[in-house]
Amino acid sequence: MAKFEPVLFARINKPDSTSLTTYKADGGYARIKEFLSMAPGDVTNLVKDSGLRGRGGAGFPCGLKWTFLPKDHPGPIYLCINADESEPGTFNNRILMEKDPHQLIEGIIIACHAIRSRNAYLYLRYEYGRSYRVLDAAIKECYAAGLLGKNILGSGVNLDIVLHRGAGAYICGEETGLIESLEGKRAWPRIKPPFPAIEGLFRQPTIVNNVETLCCVTQILYRGGAWFKSIGVPPDPSNPRDPGSYGPKLYCISGHVNKPCCVELPLGATARELIEEHAGGVWKGRKAKAVVPGGISMGFLSDKELDTKLDFAGPGKVGCLGLGTAAVVVIDDQTSMVDVLFNCCRFMSHESCGQCTPCREGTAWMTKILTRIRIGQGRIEDLDLLMEVAGSMGIMPGTTICGLSDGAAWPVKNAISKFRGDFEEYIISKRATETSAQKLMEVH
Amino acid sequence: MATVLVNGQEVEIGASERLNCIQAAAKVGVEIPAYCWHPELSVVASCRMCLVEVGDKKPDGTVAMQPKLVPGCQTPAKDGTVIISDSPKVKEARKATLEYLLLNHPLDCPTCDQAGECYLQDYSFNYGRGYSRLNEPKNIKPDKTNIGDQITLFTDRCIMCTRCVRFTREISGSAELQVVSRGSHEEIDIFPGFPVNNPLAGNVVDLCPVGALCSKDFLYQQRVWWLKSASSVCPGCSTGCSITVDQNEERVYRLHPRPNEKAQGHFMCDAGRFGWKYTHSDQRLMSPETRTNGHVTPTDFDTVLNSVRAALIKAAQGGKGKIAAVLSPWMTVEEAYLLSSFLKGLATDVTLAIGPVRIEGHDDQFPKDIKGNVVAPVKFTIRAEKCPNRAGVEAVVTHFTGEVMPFEELLRLASGSQFKAVYLVGGDPEGWMTDIQAEAFSKVETVIVQDILPSPVLKHATHVLPSGTFVEREGVFVNHNGLAQLIHRSVRGPDGTRPDGRLLWDLAQRPGLIQTEALRKEIAGAIPALAAIASPELKGQGVLLEAAVAATV
Repeated sequence: MAKFEPVLFARINKPDSTSLTTYKADGGYARIKEFLSMAPGDVTNLVKDSGLRGRGGAGFPCGLKWTFLPKDHPGPIYLCINADESEPGTFNNRILMEKDPHQLIEGIIIACHAIRSRNAYLYLRYEYGRSYRVLDAAIKECYAAGLLGKNILGSGVNLDIVLHRGAGAYICGEETGLIESLEGKRAWPRIKPPFPAIEGLFRQPTIVNNVETLCCVTQILYRGGAWFKSIGVPPDPSNPRDPGSYGPKLYCISGHVNKPCCVELPLGATARELIEEHAGGVWKGRKAKAVVPGGISMGFLSDKELDTKLDFAGPGKVGCLGLGTAAVVVIDDQTSMVDVLFNCCRFMSHESCGQCTPCREGTAWMTKILTRIRIGQGRIEDLDLLMEVAGSMGIMPGTTICGLSDGAAWPVKNAISKFRGDFEEYIISKRATETSAQKLMEVH
Repeated sequence: MATVLVNGQEVEIGASERLNCIQAAAKVGVEIPAYCWHPELSVVASCRMCLVEVGDKKPDGTVAMQPKLVPGCQTPAKDGTVIISDSPKVKEARKATLEYLLLNHPLDCPTCDQAGECYLQDYSFNYGRGYSRLNEPKNIKPDKTNIGDQITLFTDRCIMCTRCVRFTREISGSAELQVVSRGSHEEIDIFPGFPVNNPLAGNVVDLCPVGALCSKDFLYQQRVWWLKSASSVCPGCSTGCSITVDQNEERVYRLHPRPNEKAQGHFMCDAGRFGWKYTHSDQRLMSPETRTNGHVTPTDFDTVLNSVRAALIKAAQGGKGKIAAVLSPWMTVEEAYLLSSFLKGLATDVTLAIGPVRIEGHDDQFPKDIKGNVVAPVKFTIRAEKCPNRAGVEAVVTHFTGEVMPFEELLRLASGSQFKAVYLVGGDPEGWMTDIQAEAFSKVETVIVQDILPSPVLKHATHVLPSGTFVEREGVFVNHNGLAQLIHRSVRGPDGTRPDGRLLWDLAQRPGLIQTEALRKEIAGAIPALAAIASPELKGQGVLLEAAVAATV
């Protein structure tokens, strides 16, 4: 197989890649006038036919989402760009924003034209200070060059981009949490329906797209839907509901590897391929014990499942929640899964917004149980309790307003079902060392 | 007409009704437990207690169930909706949710005010598990006693249903309460220095499904299972909020609103809620008296009533138009009728006036925005007219004398020595007569005062009849909208007082004990405007007097 030429990452290593001049020199904004003269519906159809699925985690078909907007809506329509990239292990949007902001802005202009939006809000994670500075400069450059603002390049299309910095909450990456936060409220995800496409930001129809998705939109417009569809994994014929996983994807590889990195590959790379070929193998000559396929809320792959194709359908076939953000975190065989899981649960309980009962109490409870196990007061039956708590928090039967609860429960379910031996051994060996109730109180 | 299936039972829903699954199920008596949902507040679907299985019945009879459990509060009940609330899946989910809610709950029921009327207790008993599997220390959160003048917050009992937060945002509009922190550390709190002191603040205590928000007034006073409840009507203003009076051993402990769409909805204001204290005031008139030239003779009711009757008869025989009465807008319809018909029987030319109708400012409407402007739609109104039954008493007086003499006019006539005998009925706890107004009666020979608290006119009184407050009486109040509602006696008045109805019944020498129900039939027959008060509907949410509506508009 020929080596895949990066598309989204084509420019990131070039000198001065963030400036408008170099972006234009590389062919950027060359056809933007042509795109803006297309009928919005045609742009939407082009994206829809390309099979682009959202890169933010859920993998919802992007073009289809755009078609959910009400026709002939008299009021404004908004585009929110979700750059609140906070899933642990994920850093692909950061590179896109820091190294090639104009690719994103061009995608925003095209998407806004397609959905007839005149206002785009870029919700940027607070911690991304550099992204903020780069994007801010890039947006200013665009205004100066007439690429943003009123009557873009004489096409009659208006567009304003507002760059908004979050305040550091994971839940603001949930689309309705993001909308609430933009409105200046507590980022409590909204109940659906109505979905944002019907009633979103400021009670108007709103589309929320991920940064990488919009960068893909730029490439689809320049290279065509057929090009996009030639990359990736076609739908599984045995599953009529699988729309396929097309296009390039940015895989972030981190954790216990020699060379943590973010690479662009066609969808469907395996975890083993990513670790061995791109991340320089597991560090210190060790082996991988577990691999997170796409951010910790997606669960774990065991060492036997490393050949799973990381496309939208692949991780689900081995019990994970999904592809998520394709952030691969490698855990070596010297690491205890109890510690890994504790870290996941601590993160989720810290980030739970506290709206729905199962998530608010369940995440904290699981953290408390794991804390107790870690100080040597665990019992084997705690594992069943953890499974039960995770079961009543996760997708079935308990449903919550947003997906955080599912995402918090999934690593627990995966870790205990796939690495139960690890947990039992840990509990028994730790219990030998005596700990007092006082210590338990101190930990909490 | 839509048909919904609830656990196999068919429920008919009217075309104009927009119900969710909880409301649809309640129609056939199926309880779907819920904490965060409240009919007057927005839906947040966050407690996840009302999870049910929902499906659609297709026209061909097949049922397609949704794979996930959905919150009943958020799911509209439409034609063909199938709701299952008793499946093992639903029961498991409820059990899990309850266990979560009780994880950090202190389980201090023995010292909690809410115990006995607590949804956590009820639902745990019905749907929960008997023990907790939490082996770790509970989260400890500080009590917040400064959250409002009338309310206090036991933070650790809170289950974060956010009903109180939504109330202050959506009904009072004052938005004092908010959620702070995140996850299991989150708490209800105020912004420092901005306590919940809006005129509707007390409602958050009723709204709280657990013992987190408590009323400082009621705190540690009574166990709720000792309390006996009677339905009544708040006499604080002409809105006439439907209320429940809770008492124990002839002492009122609290009032709380009784949901009534015809009257006020689900809430009541703090002025009404805490406005019953005068009932147990030691200032109350406690002994019937006759007074001559400032000399007070305590006596008993039989003596004083005979003396009153004799004085009135004497005055009636003394010439034309020598008797006048001031009826209070605090009287019930029955009491007004008893007094009016009695006096009319003595002298057909009796003058009937209505005592001062206290108006304070303007109608106070909610919600308000931050600048104090009312935001439409109006969800609650505290009316400026601070009496419960002007409309009802007016209807009675109009029937007997054709017109209602203004109080000022009567004062003018009284000071001009027009009357030989005046029967004054008070009942307004705020004081209803000024010293100057009282002077008007200085030249009247017989001044009969029937009241609950001392007023300036007592110094000119010849007969004093201590009467009862609204919790000691029975009868009908007609609110601003012409809604007739029943008040019920919940406590016995102190010794030396008599409820107004009984007093007037005895004065009129009607046989036996007062029979309000028979009396209402009599009134309904006599006064067409009040015909509806004999209807059996009166006992529930009250009846609208169409004629009264027309008369007051």
